[in-house]
Amino acid sequence: MASIVFAILFYLATLLFVVGLLYRIGTYARTPAPLKIPTTPAPTTTGGVVLRMTREVVFFESLFKSNLWIWGLGMMFHASLALVVVRHLRYFTEPVWTWVAIAQPFGMYAGITMLLGLLGLWGRRLFVERIRYISTPSDHLMLLLLIGIAASGLMMKFVAHTDVIAVKGYFLGLMHFNVQVLPSDLLLVVHLSMVVALLVVFPFSKLLHAPGVFFSPTRNQKDNPREARHLSAWAAKLESEKN
Amino acid sequence: MADIVAPAYRTIPIIPALIPGAMEGKGPFVASEKINEAIGFPGQLVEDWHDKAIAKMGELLNKYRSFRVFMDACVHCGACTDKCHYFIGTQDPKNMPVARQDLMRSVYRRYFTIPGKLFPKLVGARDLTREVLDEWFNYYHQCSECRRCSVFCPYGIDTAEITMAAREILDSIGYGQKYSNEIIGKVHKIGNNLGLPGPALNDTLEGLEEDVKDATGIDIRFPIDVKGAEVLLVTPSADFFAEPHIESLIGYAKVFHATGTSWTLSSLASEAGNFGMFIGNYDQLRKIALRIREAALELGVKRIVVGECGHAWRVAYSFWNTLSGVGGGAGEVDRFAQMLQKQLDHRYKQPTHICEFTWDMIERKALTFDKSKNDKHIITFHDSCNVARGSRMGDLPGGQFEIPRNIIKAVANNFVEMAPNTTREQTFCCGGGGGVLTDDLLELRVKGALPRMEVLKQSVDEHGVNFMATICAICKAQFTKVLPIYGFDRKMVGGVHQLVSNSIELGQK
Repeated sequence: MASIVFAILFYLATLLFVVGLLYRIGTYARTPAPLKIPTTPAPTTTGGVVLRMTREVVFFESLFKSNLWIWGLGMMFHASLALVVVRHLRYFTEPVWTWVAIAQPFGMYAGITMLLGLLGLWGRRLFVERIRYISTPSDHLMLLLLIGIAASGLMMKFVAHTDVIAVKGYFLGLMHFNVQVLPSDLLLVVHLSMVVALLVVFPFSKLLHAPGVFFSPTRNQKDNPREARHLSAWAAKLESEKN
Repeated sequence: MADIVAPAYRTIPIIPALIPGAMEGKGPFVASEKINEAIGFPGQLVEDWHDKAIAKMGELLNKYRSFRVFMDACVHCGACTDKCHYFIGTQDPKNMPVARQDLMRSVYRRYFTIPGKLFPKLVGARDLTREVLDEWFNYYHQCSECRRCSVFCPYGIDTAEITMAAREILDSIGYGQKYSNEIIGKVHKIGNNLGLPGPALNDTLEGLEEDVKDATGIDIRFPIDVKGAEVLLVTPSADFFAEPHIESLIGYAKVFHATGTSWTLSSLASEAGNFGMFIGNYDQLRKIALRIREAALELGVKRIVVGECGHAWRVAYSFWNTLSGVGGGAGEVDRFAQMLQKQLDHRYKQPTHICEFTWDMIERKALTFDKSKNDKHIITFHDSCNVARGSRMGDLPGGQFEIPRNIIKAVANNFVEMAPNTTREQTFCCGGGGGVLTDDLLELRVKGALPRMEVLKQSVDEHGVNFMATICAICKAQFTKVLPIYGFDRKMVGGVHQLVSNSIELGQK
C-alpha cells in the first residue's frame, strides 16, 4: 500500500518540481532587464561575469564580505547537502558510478555537518534579534523540514537501519515505471514524506534563490554600458513612437 | 530643525539594538495636486488605488527582471540587516534592507504567489491596506537607493530596485513625494533642478568670469550655448551657485582653460541630475536624459563630459546609452543612436567623467600643479554611493575609486584614507541621496549620516583631517548641512576639482 502511495507521490512531486521550476525559470528568462545595473566594480567581459557568478555560487563571495557566521553556517549546510545528494545517487544508479562510490564516506559525515549547519542557522534565526525580526513562520518551518530530513536520514544510518537494498530496488523500479515493494519502516516513511514535501514546496518558495541568483542582473550583467548599447524590446518601442 | 541633534557615536561600532517604530510617520511631505499633475501623475490618491497599485505591480514584475527575481530570491538570511546607514542611525527595524523589501514582498506574496494566496500568515503575506500603503510611502522614502546592501546580498538583491518600484507604484496612484516630483517639474519647465532660468544662468556665469579674473588675473571663460564647441559639459545645477559646489565648477573651467579645450555649457541641458531615477520612472528618466541628446545634437559637440554628481554619473555612465544614445557601439540599423554617435569622437569614452578628463590630461602632462597651495588641507575622500556601486571610470573595474584619488594625490600633498570597510564599494551614503535631500526629512538625514560621521571623526582625531573631498552635488549639500550638527566645520566638505582649482598652474605656458 505504502509502495503505491509513495510511487504516486514521488511522480507527482517530481512533475511539480520540474514543471514548476521550469516555469519559474522561464518567467525569469522572459522578463527583460531594461537597464544596466551590475553592482560595480563589475567584470567587463563575459568570462569575467562567469567567474563572478562562479565565486558567488560556489564560495558565496558576497555573503563572505557580509557576515562570517552566516557564511560559515550557510557554507557548511550547502556543501554538506551537495555531498549528501551525491551520496544518494547510489540509490538511482546501477552499477554505482565510480565517483559516487568514492564520495560515499564523505557523504555520510556530510549528513552530520549538514545537520549542524542547519541547527546553527536556526539558532541565529531564534536568538539574533535582527534575524528573528525578519523571520516568517515559513522560514522556521523550512529549516525544520530540512532538519527533519537530515535527522531521519542519519537515524537510519546510525540508529535503526532500514533495508537499503530494498529501498534502492524501489527507486530503480520507479525510474522504470515499475513499482517495487518499499520497506515499511517508520523512519523511512518520515524521511521520504519530507523529501516529497521539499520537492513540492521548492518552486513556490524562497528555495527559488537557487535558480534566482543566476538571473540576478546585479551579478550577471557585464559592465560595458558605454561600449555597447543595451536596449530592451519594450524600451526600443518608445524610440520608434517618436524621434 | 533646531531640535534635531546628532545621535551619539558608537564607541565600538556594534550593530544597534532594534527600536521598532522609531521612524514611523517620519516620511516626507506628499506631493500636491499641482506638482503631480505637472508631470503626468494623478493629482491625489485615486479612488481605486488598491486595484491600480496591484495592477501596476504586476506590470512592473513583467517589465523588470530585477524586481521579479528579487521578490522571489530572498531567503531572509540576514546578511544585509546591519548594512544600511539609515538602520544604523535610526535603529528602526523597518530600515533594515530586507525588512524594507519585505514591506513590498509581503504584498507580492499575497497577490502573486500561490502560498501567499492560500496561507498568507504562514509566509508573511499581507493584504494591501491603507496602513500598508502609508508604510510604503514612509519607509520607501527612507532609502537613498545607495546599493550598499546589494554588495553584501548573496543573490545581489538591490533594495534600490525595490524602492524605485515602490515609488513608481505610489506615483501611479497619486501618492508621490513632494521633493522629487517638484524638482522633476522644474527640469521640464525651466531646464534644471534648481529652477535657474536661462538669463539668470547667463548672469551667474558672467559674474563668475569676473570673480575668477579678480582672483587669478586670468580670463577664464564659462561659455554657454556655443555651437561647434568640442566639449559639452553637463553638470549638476548646484554647481552654478551653491557652496562649495561652485568651487569645483571653477576647477573644471580652469582645467579646460589650461588644456586649451573648447567647451560649452548648455542652457537646454543645464542639469546633469536626473530625479527620474529616484522615482523609478523610466519615462521620466528617459525624458530628462533626452535633453542632453538634444543639446549635443544642436550644438554639434564631439564629446560629452559630466561634472561632479553621483547619481548623475550613474545615469550618464550606465543609462545614457540606453536612454538617449549618448555612448558607443550602436548597431548599423539603430538610427536613433547612430544619429548622435556618428557625431561623437569615439577616441574618447562617451560620456566622460570630468575626473577621467582631468586625470587623462594629468597623465599626458598637459597640466601642472603647485601642490603646496593645498598644504593647508589634510584631505580624505568620501566615495559617493552611485559612483562607487553604479558606475565606473577609466578602463578597469574600480577606476571609479582610483581616478579621483589619483587626482587628489597629484594636486595635493596630504591625503589619508578613512576606515577601509567604509570606503570604495563599501562606502556609506552621505545620508541625503536618492531623493531625500529635503528639510522635511532632516531627522532621517542627520541620523543616516552617523556611520560616515563616525569614521570621519576617527580620521580627524587620528590624522588631523580637515577636508573631505567628494564628487557628488548631493553629498556636498548634505554634508554642508549635517557637518555642523555633528560639531564639524561645514567648510570641511568640498569637491575634487575644488582642490584642482586651488593648485592648478595657469597662464604662463
